[in-house]
Amino acid sequence: MQLKNNNQSLLQKIAPFIGLILIIVIITILNPGFLSVSNLMNVLRQVSINALIAFGMTFVILTGGIDLSVGATLALTGAVTAGMMASGIDPIFAMLLGLLLGAILGAINGIIIAKGKVAPFIATLATMTIYRGLTLVYTDGRPISGLGDSLTFQMLGKGYFLGIPIPVVTMIASFGILYFILKKTTFGRRVYAIGGNEEASILSGINADRIKIYVYSLLGLLAALASLILTSRLNSAQPTAGEMFELDAIAAVVLGGTSLTGGRGWIVGTLIGALIIGVLNNGLNLIGVPSFFQQVVKGAVILLAVLLDRKKTT
Amino acid sequence: MIKMTDISKSFSGNKVLKSVHFNLEKGEIHALMGENGAGKSTLMKVMSGIYTRDSGTIEVKGQKVDFTSPKQAEEAGIAVIHQELNILPHLSIADNLFLGREETIGRTGILKTKQMEKKTRQILLDLGLDVNPSEPASTLSVGKQQIVEIAKAISVDAEVIIMDEPTAALTDREIDSLFKTIRELQKRGVSFIYISHRMEEIFSLCDRITILRDGEFVGERKISETSFDEIVQMMVGRELGDRFPERKSTIGEIKLAVKGLNRKDCFEDISFELRRGEVLSIAGLMGAGRTEVAQSLFGYKKLDGGTIEFDGKQVKIDTPRKAKEMGIGYVTEDRKSEGLVVDFTVEENVSMTNFAAISKNGLISKDKERKLYDNMVKRLGIRTSGPDQTAKSLSGGNQQKVVIAKWLGIEPELLILDEPTRGVDVGAKKEIYSIINELAERGVAILMISSELPEVIGMADRVLVMHEGKITAELPKEEMTQERIMHFATGGGKLAVEKQ
Ligand SMILES: Nc1ncnc2c1ncn2[C@@H]1O[C@H](COP(=O)(O)OP(=O)(O)OP(=O)(O)O)[C@@H](O)[C@H]1O
Ligand SMILES: [Mg+2]
Repeated sequence: MQLKNNNQSLLQKIAPFIGLILIIVIITILNPGFLSVSNLMNVLRQVSINALIAFGMTFVILTGGIDLSVGATLALTGAVTAGMMASGIDPIFAMLLGLLLGAILGAINGIIIAKGKVAPFIATLATMTIYRGLTLVYTDGRPISGLGDSLTFQMLGKGYFLGIPIPVVTMIASFGILYFILKKTTFGRRVYAIGGNEEASILSGINADRIKIYVYSLLGLLAALASLILTSRLNSAQPTAGEMFELDAIAAVVLGGTSLTGGRGWIVGTLIGALIIGVLNNGLNLIGVPSFFQQVVKGAVILLAVLLDRKKTT
Repeated sequence: MIKMTDISKSFSGNKVLKSVHFNLEKGEIHALMGENGAGKSTLMKVMSGIYTRDSGTIEVKGQKVDFTSPKQAEEAGIAVIHQELNILPHLSIADNLFLGREETIGRTGILKTKQMEKKTRQILLDLGLDVNPSEPASTLSVGKQQIVEIAKAISVDAEVIIMDEPTAALTDREIDSLFKTIRELQKRGVSFIYISHRMEEIFSLCDRITILRDGEFVGERKISETSFDEIVQMMVGRELGDRFPERKSTIGEIKLAVKGLNRKDCFEDISFELRRGEVLSIAGLMGAGRTEVAQSLFGYKKLDGGTIEFDGKQVKIDTPRKAKEMGIGYVTEDRKSEGLVVDFTVEENVSMTNFAAISKNGLISKDKERKLYDNMVKRLGIRTSGPDQTAKSLSGGNQQKVVIAKWLGIEPELLILDEPTRGVDVGAKKEIYSIINELAERGVAILMISSELPEVIGMADRVLVMHEGKITAELPKEEMTQERIMHFATGGGKLAVEKQ
């Protein structure tokens, strides 16, 4: 879990990093343009949305859970926020409500899982369908645009801060905060404890239900944040937004070495996992791999990485 | 039969075995003793190919061997029953027994379920266990699961059977039938290596004994030519003195009073009082409902009826968190599944119950955490290679101490201990008894569940005996004898006079 822990050897921890470097080297050899500053910024901006969701997913997976509904959560919060903005509500207020909605949708998942004792996979499979359905109902299946020209909102997806895209700044700031939470707070420790041994945690006086609800809420909140960035970038909310995002997020977490059974892993790995996926997406385009074939390569890389990881653990 | 010479083994630079010798003769029962962390389990894992040794040689029947997997050892006739059980809880009892060598119709892979169940039933009956082999293994108590493990080793026709603390979770009756089986197999020429911390067992069962201390070979003796004291001396390297240290506590006012507690299918009509500074023990056979009572008191299992008074006030304890806030601690019975996060470091495990003490506004203070850890390691004499050692890689007895350490940190007012010295060596047992005494002297009320009768008699001020979910007797210190406790634990006549 943490760096000092013998349980995940140093080699195991830096393996994803080595993988990332390897992929970057290969892509750069095939197309040196990859390393241009503008392209790298581009990669980071593309990565930011998946990374935000994957950070939240890391918490969920560390507790031994999973959330398939994040893509739909992103779509629903994006649509509702855009709807409010289009109808003239103060954009900042609308965005805050959007974030709140994300946290609530997450909390609903958490409550079903913790209090209803439903397996996370099933619970979020169901809410995924519900949230997506609600999005379609709300938007009537059409994109929502005409979101006004609020500077804050426009900056969120398209702006720069000291030459760095705002989404990237958001990603880095979130990473810092979440890293700190996992590493230094009792909440973070409890997340690991529940994933490591839920029974022992409860018997130690830890309120496991509450931690789980918080963790899913956090993921919902981050999905909503990602949806604001996406909506701002596109200047509209798409009812089909975020489809398959849950899988990219889970892939990033697993690539980063976090165990799907919970209790073991770290968020630094997730950041690297998200970068691997982002670099692949961008790089395969750059070196001209046909888009249908890109999927095959991406899947194969994920599989390879996870297989190597398993080899080391046993 | 087996000859191990100059075996050394280290884990990440930590020397755990240092040039150890071990000799097993055909048809003997050879005890292996040593303190917690002395390296007994590690030596056996080296022998059976789970760990690779750093140096030394192993000969089986005069031939040098190099097992690289337990499977190879098994093929050479060496079966191991590990300290930590290897039962798959969702599989049936029969499936567990035949795991990896299922009987099938030809090579079709279709299982002869009926036949395996019949054989299972017979093998277990021979061991004195009457169960339905098609039930999932999780329905069995830990003790009975242990017997299934033993049956598994017996049924592969092993020539050498290694038992790593097989009786830690067994009742006296189960132990009796296990010993009978061992002696019978011995007559047929099977050799045993027997690891245990229970001196009485070693003396009644074994022929020879090898003693390890801190990973070193200390000596080998014939049981008939040694004594209790000599072995303890060899194990701990000094005189130990009395087995049960003296306690000078004053028994104060009532801390806990329960009336008519019941939980469906677990226990009924449980009433007792527990005073400050008192050590109250609950004795009984495995499955008598003792652990369930403890779990209900701790808010982990729901009660169906009855009242609990704490400090004279009626309370409802519905979560362990609430129990903890009230000052109740609970050292659980099964350290691996209930007590520890095995992937956590020792330090992190100790912290789990003590977030209030080591954090401020949700931020963990590394200094305070380390201080708590240092404190506990010193107070309990926990043997670790450092705060960052994972709980998983500790020896069994030290794991137990970590679980106790978790609860000492909260400075409990009422401490429930469920089999607190299971798998703990003599020296450490005494340390744990001293800690219990020290707590009692400070006015902590102690509720101690134990299946080891000498421990109950040596430690308790009063004992409640349970049988099939009911309290069948309450005996004050003067009236405690092994025979009487066993009498009531097995449901023997509930005499009217006894209840007064
Ligand atoms: N996989 C491992 N990695 C690191 N250290 C280990 C590992 N396994 C055992 N050890 C260490 O080796 C020492 C000996 O452990 P071992 O389990 O052999 O003790 P033991 O004599 O069986 O004790 P007990 O009576 O408590 O079961 C202990 O200090 C333990 O912490
Ligand atoms: Mg051991």
